[in-house]
Amino acid sequence: MTTWPILFIVTFLPIVGALIIYVSRGEDEAARRNSRWIALWTTLVTFAISLILVWRFDPANPDFQFVEKASWLATGITYHMGVDGISLPFVILTTALMPFCIIASWKSVTIRVREYMMAFLLLETLMVGTFCALDLVLFYLFFEGGLIPMFLIIGVWGGPRRVYASFKFFLYTLLGSVLMLLAIMALYWNAGTTDIPTLMHAAVPRSLQMWAWLAFFASFAVKMPMWPVHTWLPDAHVEAPTAGSVILAAILLKMGGYGFLRFSLPMFPLASHDFAPLIFSLSVIAIIYTSLVALMQEDIKKLIAYSSVAHMGFVTMGIFAGTMQGVAGGVFQMISHGIVSGALFLCVGIVYDRMHTREITAYGGLVNRMPLYALVFMVFTMANVGLPGTSGFVGEFMTLIGTFKVSIPTAVFATTGVILSAAYALWLYRKVIFGALVKSSLISIKDLTFRECLTLMPLAALTILFGIYPKPVLDMSAASVQQLVNNYNTAVTAVKAAALLQ
Amino acid sequence: MVQAIVFLPLLGAIVAGLISIFGAHARNPGGDSVEHHAEAHGHGEVPVTEEAGVIHAASHEPDAHGDHGDADHHAVEPPAAGSRAAELITTGLLFICAALSWFVLVDVGFLHHDARIALFPWINSGELQVAWSLRVDTLTAVMLVVVNTISSLVHLYSIGYMDEDPYRPRFFGYLSLFTFAMLMLVTADNLVQLFFGWEGVGLASYLLIGFWYQRPSANAAAIKAFIVNRVGDFGFALGIFAIFALIGSTDLETIFAGAPGLTGKTIDFLGWHADALTLTCLLLFMGAMGKSAQFLLHTWLPDAMEGPTPVSALIHAATMVTAGVFMVARLSPLFELAPTAQAFVMFIGATTAFFAATIGLVQNDIKRIVAYSTCSQLGYMFVAMGAGAYSVGMFHLFTHAFFKALLFLGSGSVIYAMHHEQDIRNMGGLWRKIPYTFAVMCIGTLALTGFPLFAGYFSKDAIIESAYASHNPFSTYAYLLTVGAAGLTSFYSWRLIFKTFFGEPHDEEHYEAAHESPLWMLIPIGVLAAGSILAGFPFKGLFAGHGVEEFFRDSVKMNPHILEDMENMPALLAPLPFVMMALGLLVSYIFYIQRPYLPVNLAEQQPMLYQFLLNKWYFDELYDLILVRPAKWIGRFLWKVGDGYLIDGLGPDGVSARVLDVTRNVVKIQTGYLYHYAFAMLIGVAGLITWFMFGFGGQ
Repeated sequence: MTTWPILFIVTFLPIVGALIIYVSRGEDEAARRNSRWIALWTTLVTFAISLILVWRFDPANPDFQFVEKASWLATGITYHMGVDGISLPFVILTTALMPFCIIASWKSVTIRVREYMMAFLLLETLMVGTFCALDLVLFYLFFEGGLIPMFLIIGVWGGPRRVYASFKFFLYTLLGSVLMLLAIMALYWNAGTTDIPTLMHAAVPRSLQMWAWLAFFASFAVKMPMWPVHTWLPDAHVEAPTAGSVILAAILLKMGGYGFLRFSLPMFPLASHDFAPLIFSLSVIAIIYTSLVALMQEDIKKLIAYSSVAHMGFVTMGIFAGTMQGVAGGVFQMISHGIVSGALFLCVGIVYDRMHTREITAYGGLVNRMPLYALVFMVFTMANVGLPGTSGFVGEFMTLIGTFKVSIPTAVFATTGVILSAAYALWLYRKVIFGALVKSSLISIKDLTFRECLTLMPLAALTILFGIYPKPVLDMSAASVQQLVNNYNTAVTAVKAAALLQ
Repeated sequence: MVQAIVFLPLLGAIVAGLISIFGAHARNPGGDSVEHHAEAHGHGEVPVTEEAGVIHAASHEPDAHGDHGDADHHAVEPPAAGSRAAELITTGLLFICAALSWFVLVDVGFLHHDARIALFPWINSGELQVAWSLRVDTLTAVMLVVVNTISSLVHLYSIGYMDEDPYRPRFFGYLSLFTFAMLMLVTADNLVQLFFGWEGVGLASYLLIGFWYQRPSANAAAIKAFIVNRVGDFGFALGIFAIFALIGSTDLETIFAGAPGLTGKTIDFLGWHADALTLTCLLLFMGAMGKSAQFLLHTWLPDAMEGPTPVSALIHAATMVTAGVFMVARLSPLFELAPTAQAFVMFIGATTAFFAATIGLVQNDIKRIVAYSTCSQLGYMFVAMGAGAYSVGMFHLFTHAFFKALLFLGSGSVIYAMHHEQDIRNMGGLWRKIPYTFAVMCIGTLALTGFPLFAGYFSKDAIIESAYASHNPFSTYAYLLTVGAAGLTSFYSWRLIFKTFFGEPHDEEHYEAAHESPLWMLIPIGVLAAGSILAGFPFKGLFAGHGVEEFFRDSVKMNPHILEDMENMPALLAPLPFVMMALGLLVSYIFYIQRPYLPVNLAEQQPMLYQFLLNKWYFDELYDLILVRPAKWIGRFLWKVGDGYLIDGLGPDGVSARVLDVTRNVVKIQTGYLYHYAFAMLIGVAGLITWFMFGFGGQ
C-alpha cells in the first residue's frame, strides 16, 4: 500500500530529533533554546506524518495496515509493525499530545533542558512503538523501555519526593512486567512464534490461557492502574513535572487498556470470559473507592490522579463486557480521557508555575483574575464529570450501556460514579476558581499567556467536538472492534456449546 | 423554522459569551509572572478584602457603571464593552424564537404538521444508533411556546434587573445557553438527546445559581443543585440503559412501538426479578424527581434561590423544573403500561404538593415562599401524570409557567424596589409605593390560588378532578392532599401579599427609598399578568376538554377513560377546591390584617411544629447526617487507611521496609572479625560434607 515505511518513520523520527539535540552540545541559553525548538519541530513533524496515516487508513478494513516486516532475532521473532483501528487512535493521541508537552515545558523546565527534551523524544518513540508493535518481543521492548525515560523524568525533574515516587512507579510496573515476560515465553513455546497476528488466531489451551491471562493482567492492571495496585499513580503524578503528568495520564495509562484489547481479549477469550467478574468487581471498586478518596484530597494533582483511576475503571469494565458498545466505548473513553486528563494536568501546571504550590487551600477566586483560565478549566471539569456534549460523556455512556447488557449490578454500581465525580470535580472547581479573591499571594496573578492558550484551546475544542461529533474516532475503530467482539463471542459461545453437549 | 427556534438561542449565547470573555480578558491581561509584593504592601490582606467586597457589592451599587476611563480597573469593574449589544442581541433573538414558536404551535396543533428533522449522527456503535434530530409534535410545540415566551420576557426583564451588574454579557450568555439546552430537551427524538438537554439545563442552572460566584452561599447552592440533580440522573441514565437492553434502541418511536411487547418481562437484579416496565419507568421517574424537585430530591430548589431573580423565574419556576413533568408526558406510552409506576408517580406528586405547601406556610424569604410554592405545584402536575391525564398536567404546566414567572418577576420587582431586601418581615405597606407591582402580584396570586376565571383555576381544578376520577390506588390519598394543599397554597400566597404590601412598613429607610422598577421590567410582568388570565379559559378545551384528542393526537397517550370520568364529579365535591381557597384567604386575612398577633401566638404555642416547618422538615440536616458526612468519612478512611496503611503498607512500602530489615541484619553479620568468618566457613564446610555423604550415599 505504501512505498515508504511510514510507521518506521513515525516511530523513530523522535529518536533522530533526540540525537540532533545530543550532538548540538552546549550548556548556555542558546543551546537550551535550540533544544526546545528542535524538540518542538520534531514532534510537530512526527504529528504531521502521523496524520498521513489517518488519511490513508482504510476504516472499513479490520486487519492490520501499513504492515512492515523484517527479520530480526531468531526464527519467529521479527521486526513486525502495523496498526489497526484499535491502535491507530492511540498513535495519533501520542503524536498529537507531544507538541503540547514540549510547549508546556517551554519555561517551566530550566535545568538540564537538553536531557529533558531528549528524554521526552525517546519516550515518544517508545510509546508509538508500543502501539505499533506486532511482535511480542518487540512490544515488550517498547513497553518496558518506556519506563526508563519516565523514571528519569520523575526522578530528575520532579518535586521534593521524586525519588520515592519514581522508585514506587518503577517497582510496581516492573514487577508486573516480569510476569508478562514469563507469559510471553510460554506463548512462544506453545505456538513457536511471537508474531501477534498469528497468535491472535492460534488456539491456546484453556489452562495456559488462565495462567497467561493472569500474567498479562498483572502487568496491565498495574499500568491501568486498577484497584488495588493504583497507589503508585497519585504519588507519581504529584511529583512528576507537568508534562510528565500529562504523558503519564494521557498515554502511559492507556497502554494497559490497549494491552487488554490487543492480548487478553483476542488471545485468551475463554480466560477473559471467566475472569470478567473479577474485572467487573475491581472496576466498580475502583470507581467508587477512588471517587470517594478523590473527594477528600488536598492536593489538586492528587485529586485528578484519583479521578483518573476512577475513569479507567469505566474502561476496564467496558472492555471486559465484550459487547460492541462496551469495547468501542472503552477505546473512546481512553482517547477522551487522554485529552481531558492531559488538559487538566496542563491546567494545574499553569497555576503551579505561577504559585509553586498545588495545595487546594492556597487558591480561591482565580476567576476574578483569570477569566480565560476559568473558562477552559470549566470545560475540562465538565468533561471530567461526563456532561453530555463533552467527550467524557460519550465514553462513559457507551461503556455503561455496553456493560448493562452483560452485568446489571456492575452497571448500576458504576453509574454511581456519575454522582461522585460531580461531587469532587465541582468541589475542586469551587475551591480553586470560584469565591472572592482574598489571598494576598494571588492578587497579582495573571491570566493565560498566548503560549498557554496555544496548549489549552485546541484541547478544549477537541473535547467539545468529540462530545457532539465522536464519529471520527468511533468510525476509525469500529471495524476492528467489531471483529474483536465477534471473535471473542464466537470463542465463548463455542465453548459453552461444547459444555452443553457433554 | 424549527432549526431556527432551537439554534438561534445558541447563537445568542455564543455571541454574548464571546463579548463576555473578550471583555474579561481585556480587564485581566495574561502573563505568567507573579509579583510577590505582599511584603512591600505591608497589609496586603486588607485592600484585597475590600476590593472583593466592592466587586461583590457591585450589583447593589446604584452607579456601578460610571465612566471607566479613569477608573482603576481593580476597583468596581466597569461592564464589558458591548454589554448592551449582548443584551439586545440575545433578547432580540429570543423574541424571534418566541414568535416562531407560537406559529409552530398553530401549525402543529391545529394544522397537524408534525415534523421530525434529522440533523447529523452522534453516537453510532453496533446497534446503538443515536442521532441529533428534532421532533416537533403538539407536546413539543406547547413546550416551545412556554420556554421561548417566558425566556424572551425574562431576557427583557433582565436588561432592567441586572443593569448594575458588570457581568451582564455573561449573564445573558448563560440565559441563552439555558434556553438552547431546554429547547434541545423538548425537541429530542431519542432518550440520549433528551439526556443531553437534561444535563445541559443542569449545567446552565449550576452556572446561573452560582452567577455571583463571590458569595459562598451561591457556590454551595449551585453545587447542591447539580449534585442532587445528578442523583436523579443516576436513575435516568439507568432507565436509558434498561430500555436499550430491552428494546435495542433509544429512539422514541421504536421504544413506543416495542413497549407493549415488554409486558410481563422481568429484569433480574441481584436475584430480584423486577417487572421490566415498572422498574424502567421508576428509574426514569427518578430523573424527573430530581429535575422537578419532588419529595426526597427537593432540597436543592429552595437553595437555588441564591441565583438572580430572573433565573429563578425562568429556570426554577417556569421551564427547567417542569422538564420532569414533560419527560413523563413524553414517555406516556411507557407509563400507561406500568400502573405500579403510575401509582408511585401519583404518590410522590401528592406528597410533594402537600409537604412543600406546609413548609411554605412559615418561610420569611419572599423568593423561598414562591420556591416552595413551585415545588408544590409541580407535585400537582405529577398527580395528573399519575392519573394518566397527561394533557391536564401539561395544562397546569402551561398556566403555571405564566403565573409563577409573574410571581417571581414581581418578587424581583419588590426586591429591586427594596434594594435587595428579601425578608418579608422587613417589608409592609408597599402597595402605596409600587402600585403596579402590587397589582400584578395580586393577579399572579389569584391565578396561583385558583380564583375563578384566572388561569390556575381551570388547570388546578382539572388536576384535582383527575385525581378523584382516576383508578390509581393512591387516588383518594392524592385527592385529599391536593385539596388540602389548595387551602395551604391560598394561605401562604396571601400571607406573602399581606405582609409585603399591607400593614405598616417595618423598614422605614428602605420603604422611603422604594420606587417602581424601570420599564424594561414592568413590560414583561405586564405581559405575564395578561397571560395569567388568558392562559386559562381559552385553552381549557384543548388541554382538558373535548379538544384534547384532536389537539394532542399521538403526542401523548392518555388514559382512555380519564377525561370522561372527570366530568362525572359529584356536584357536592366540585366546589371543594374553591371553598378551600376561600378558607385560606380568610384565615390569612384574619392572621395578617385583622389580628396580626395570632400567628405569633400560634408559633409560641406550637414551638415543635413551627420549628419543624421552619427548618423544612429537617431534610438538609438529615441528608448531611446520613449521606454527606459518611461519604466524607469513608473517603478519608479509604485514603488514609485503605491506600496509605493497607495497600501501601502491605505493598511497596512494606516490601521495601522488609528488604531494608533483611539488609540491616545482613550488615550485622558482617562483623569484620576473622574468627567469625572462619567459624561460619567451618559450619558451611561441615554442612557440605554431610550433604555429599548422605546425598550421594543415597543414590
